[in-house]
Amino acid sequence: MAPTVALIDLDAGNVRSVSNALTHLGVEHVHARAPQDLEGATHIILPGVGAYAAFMERLSTRGFVEALARATRENGAAFLGICVGLQVLGSRGLEFGETRGLDWVPGDCVRLDAAAASGLAVPHMGWSSVALQRPDPLFDGLDDHATFYFVHSYHLRPADPGAVLATVDYGERVTAAIGIGRVWAVQFHPEKSQHAGLRLLRNFMRVGA
Amino acid sequence: MSTLKRLIPVVLLRNGQVVQSKGFKRWQLLGNPSTIVSRLSNWTADELVYLDITREGAHDLRRDDLNFENRADVLSILEDVSRKCFMPLTFGGGVRTAEDVRARLARGADKVAINTAAVRMPGLVEACAREHGAQCVVVSIDARRDDTGGWQVFVDHGRTATGLDPAAWAREVESRGAGEILLTSIDEDGMARGYDRALIAHVVAAVKIPVVALGGVGEWAHLGAGLDAGASGVAAGNIFHYSENSVVHAARWLFENGYPVRRPALASLVTEGDL
Repeated sequence: MAPTVALIDLDAGNVRSVSNALTHLGVEHVHARAPQDLEGATHIILPGVGAYAAFMERLSTRGFVEALARATRENGAAFLGICVGLQVLGSRGLEFGETRGLDWVPGDCVRLDAAAASGLAVPHMGWSSVALQRPDPLFDGLDDHATFYFVHSYHLRPADPGAVLATVDYGERVTAAIGIGRVWAVQFHPEKSQHAGLRLLRNFMRVGA
Repeated sequence: MSTLKRLIPVVLLRNGQVVQSKGFKRWQLLGNPSTIVSRLSNWTADELVYLDITREGAHDLRRDDLNFENRADVLSILEDVSRKCFMPLTFGGGVRTAEDVRARLARGADKVAINTAAVRMPGLVEACAREHGAQCVVVSIDARRDDTGGWQVFVDHGRTATGLDPAAWAREVESRGAGEILLTSIDEDGMARGYDRALIAHVVAAVKIPVVALGGVGEWAHLGAGLDAGASGVAAGNIFHYSENSVVHAARWLFENGYPVRRPALASLVTEGDL
C-alpha cells in the first residue's frame, strides 16, 4: 500500500525544497497546515529551519504538539524530523534563552561550542561525512561515510546515547541522525544532499510502509 | 573536521539564455536554460550558482520593456531550476533591494548573491543577513588587477571601478553579515589559464567566511590550484559546457588527487532520476 505522507507546512523555511524532493521521488504528499491534516497519515515529515523558539511557537499555536504525539504514538505513523525538526524533539532548546521542546528524546539542544573553540566556523555549513552508529533502514544502501549537506549552529545532545543513529565530526561528535522506534530525525538537509539525501528520503518512505 | 571543499558549476544567464562569458565583454550563446540545467544538476556537483548578467539601463523604452520581461523570465527559470536542484542553489544578478532578495528566496534560491547593490547600499547586506540569516547572503565580488600590483573591485558587470580593494571590501561585508564571498577575476574570466590565485589568497587571508573562486578554469588541475590557494569552493562556468558528465570528471579529478571533496557518485547514479 502506498504511504500517506503529510509534510508539515508552517509557512517557513525549506518546506518547498522537501516537497520538490518528494515530488521527484514520485511520492504524493499533503501539506499539513493544521492538526486534522495528519489524520490517516502513515508518514509525517517535519522540516524546520530558523530559530528554535519561533519554530516551537508555530508548532504549538497551530496545535501540532499534541497532534504529532497522537499521530506517532497512538496511530503509529512513522516520523522524520529535519534540521530544527530534529532539534525540537529534545527537552529544551538553549538558543536565546530556554525553550521547551517536544521532549520525545530527553536532552538539550546546545550551541556548537566545541567547534567554535577549535576554530571551526559556526554555523556548520556545507558537506560533511556522517558516521553511522548502528545499521538502520533509514541509511539502507548508503555507505558508512555518506556525505550530507548541513546548515546549523546548534545540535541536540540526547541523554541516552543509544538514540543517536549517526554522528558528524565537527569539533566534537555532533548528532547527525536520531532513531527511536518509528521516530527518525536528521540534522542535515536530505532535500539538499543530492543522491544520498534522496535515497534517505526514499528509505523513510519504505520503512513501515 | 571542517566541511568538505565544494565543486560548483556556474550558469550565466543573459536575456533569458545560457551564455559563456569572456573578459566580461563577449558572450556566446549556449542555449535554453531548461535543457542545460539537467546536465549540470547531476549528483556530483555540490552546489549550483546561477548568475543573471542581463544588462540593465538600456536607453530606449522598448529595451527597458524587454529587460523587464526578461527579469520576470529569470525568476521563472529559478523556480524551474529549484524543482530539480537537490543541492544548495545560489542565485545572483539583478538584486537591488531587500524585496529582490525575498523574491529569489521565495522562488527557490537557498542563497542570494548581491554584487553592485552591496557596494551602493552596504546596509542591504546587513538587512538581509538579519532577515534571512548570514547563510543566505553571498556577496559577489568582481575584481580586476590594477597597475600597482593589487586589485580593484568593479561593479555594473565589470564596467564601473569602485576604488575598493577586494580584501578590504570582503572584510567589510563579512562584518556586515555576509555568509560567503563569490570572488570572480575579471582578467581571467573565459581565458582558461587558471584562477588568479594571488587574488584568491589575498581575499582568503582577510576573512573567516568561505571564499568561492570563479574565473579562468581551463583544465581540472586549475580547480586543485584554486583550493591550494585557499578557496573553500571552486566554481567554473564555461568548461562544464564542453562535454557530457564534465562535472563528474572534475569531481573525480579532485577526489583522485586527494582533495577533501565529496566522493563522486558512481557513473551509474549520474543519470537523471536513476535512484
